[in-house]
Amino acid sequence: MKVTPDRYLTYRYAGASGDFNPIHLDDEFATSVGLPGRILHGLWTMAQVARAQTEPGGDALALSSLEVQFRGVGLPEAEITVTSQTGEDGTITCHAEQNGKKIVKGGKAKLRS
Amino acid sequence: MTHRATYAVGREKVREYAYATGETDARCTDPEAARAAGFADVVAPPMFAAVYSGPAIWPAVVDPEVGIDFARMVHGAQAFTWHEPVVAGDEITTEVVHEDTSERGGLKFFVFTSRSVNQRGELTCEGRWTNIVR
Repeated sequence: MKVTPDRYLTYRYAGASGDFNPIHLDDEFATSVGLPGRILHGLWTMAQVARAQTEPGGDALALSSLEVQFRGVGLPEAEITVTSQTGEDGTITCHAEQNGKKIVKGGKAKLRS
Repeated sequence: MTHRATYAVGREKVREYAYATGETDARCTDPEAARAAGFADVVAPPMFAAVYSGPAIWPAVVDPEVGIDFARMVHGAQAFTWHEPVVAGDEITTEVVHEDTSERGGLKFFVFTSRSVNQRGELTCEGRWTNIVR
């Protein structure tokens, strides 16, 4: 699954989630703490990894469990690719990449049987 | 120390969250589609657990007894296991426990676990939150 967070996504997600940490909203603040600019909320990116598992079947509630590790930083206005692979025991391993770097790694998902 | 908070799930909040995260399952945005599927109102996408856990998780993360340097904190890892679906109108109570603090390679790892139940006492979600302080 591919998704590109638009310029204003972090503001919409802040409103939806209640997470108004300025590292997600204010470029000047973000650069002052050593970030390349305002960054995506990790839990938004995790929601994309979740959606990548359930969207093909059309059932958002099919997700039974998901664990991820966050790496680096996700940025607005650049495409994210979620890659998933189902193993023999039904566990899905997945990760998310942006600009050639993994921003979510070690993802493990299970769907309800 | 245990932190506990109750979150009242509103229809428009679920819809706002579904749109912000690109959810395409109509039961998460359209009350009629949700009712046709047997739910009382719109159904929260699974990752909405991060929202309804918020009022319990944030006080735990900033609890001075835990001692996180908030300015140097990053979200390291997250795990959720889902149980009963969450529907607009539900009241979800989440309990958060500071499980463990450890140190590796100059980084401090703070692990919290959360357990969320609805107004009927049914388990909706278990979470494991790992915050890293650089």
